[in-house]
Amino acid sequence: MAVEFDGGVVIGADSRTTTGAYVANRVTDKLTPIHHSIFCCRSGSAADTQAIADAVTYQLGFHGIELNEPPLVQTAANLFREMCYRYREELMAGIIVAGWDRRRGGQVYTVPVGGMLTRQPVCVGGSGSSYIYGFVDSSYRAGMSKDDCLQFTAQALSLAMERDGSSGGVVRLAVISENGVERHVITGK
Amino acid sequence: MATLSVCQPQLGGFSFENCKRNALLEANVTNLGCGLPSFRKTGTTICGVVYKDGVVLGADTRATEGMVVADKNCSKIHYISPNIYCCGAGTAADTEMTTQLISSNLELHSLSTNRLPRVATANRMLKQMLFRYQGYIGAALVLGGVDCNGPHLYSIYPHGSTDKLPYVTMGSGSLAAMAVFEDRYRPNMEEEEAKRLVRDAIAAGIFNDLGSGSNIDLCVITKDRVDYLRPHDQANQKGVRSGDYKYKHGTTGILTKAVTPLLLDVVEESVQTMDTS
Repeated sequence: MAVEFDGGVVIGADSRTTTGAYVANRVTDKLTPIHHSIFCCRSGSAADTQAIADAVTYQLGFHGIELNEPPLVQTAANLFREMCYRYREELMAGIIVAGWDRRRGGQVYTVPVGGMLTRQPVCVGGSGSSYIYGFVDSSYRAGMSKDDCLQFTAQALSLAMERDGSSGGVVRLAVISENGVERHVITGK
Repeated sequence: MATLSVCQPQLGGFSFENCKRNALLEANVTNLGCGLPSFRKTGTTICGVVYKDGVVLGADTRATEGMVVADKNCSKIHYISPNIYCCGAGTAADTEMTTQLISSNLELHSLSTNRLPRVATANRMLKQMLFRYQGYIGAALVLGGVDCNGPHLYSIYPHGSTDKLPYVTMGSGSLAAMAVFEDRYRPNMEEEEAKRLVRDAIAAGIFNDLGSGSNIDLCVITKDRVDYLRPHDQANQKGVRSGDYKYKHGTTGILTKAVTPLLLDVVEESVQTMDTS
């Protein structure tokens, strides 16, 4: 999931990858850096999302060098959307693109299965998201501070991990702002 | 006059002649009464662990064809480059060919860059190839090695997703091996401890999983050397027969003896020389 605040975004994910009923990796990092201040949250098929993220990282890096300045979050989101829509029959990937750029500050874009692109202040995705729509809709207030957002995200993810069998492990959080990226991990202990 | 079909010389490339026949056979399996031959899979236990100085890779040595053991001592730890080795589970042919292809490409790449190849490079090459084939290449790999950035260990799944972890297991015996790892793994182990841990993890797979068996192969990779220990542990040696069912001469007493000679005449004698050139 991802939340915008004034000055950046807070993104979070669980850390479980499953093959059927077996947990293949209990410490996965689903928050993948696409560029210095742009991250994506991956859900769906691990192979598909890893391949898409690698391709977009390459394209965005190239674009950034051509521009000679950091690329926009909207550009990254559009690159994802382009790939997810074009190959929508073959892919199973739900991606949330979030980051900070100088033009529009903190932004969150969601590219669900099928290849739609839309910007939202709060986005949730993945199998556990169904369980927390109610919590997110009632708990979110516009204009929250960075710490409020961190608390909110951690709370929402914990609730989802509690209820959804395919989600679990640790809570990975990241704050992306003008100053860069700070990462946190919340374990069970 | 009937036209004679002349045997065409092979023009090279894949011959698709048998594909139609195979499709027909597959469609008529129920009428035939027998099953089609299945792929030789390596129902396997493979694992790897990162320790203080490098990585230790381990594998069992049983290759199965359905419910029958096709090879009691096959080698599942494949060479990728002098500092990188890869264990393979899944379809035996796929793992063999995939690792050989990437090994070849990596050697060319290494000659072009004039540097020792990195494990991340091998990982990228493997994952991009497996993703391209959308999971039809049934190769589940444990890739490990030491390069200029230290020791690395990756697990690569048939659809092309990879995980970079300090300890990984793959194959049908992976659950048994992972249980051992989750219990006893510590970061920065010594070499002997790491070897013992991998050996025990593979042994758990061998004794608790029907698809894994025979011996334990180990491969220890460090910055300076590679120890390919095959076999490291022969956990399943064929038992020695302790008794004999043959009766000794004189066990049964002879009461009477009657000999009737059969008179045979040689009718015909022909000699056929064997071509031993």
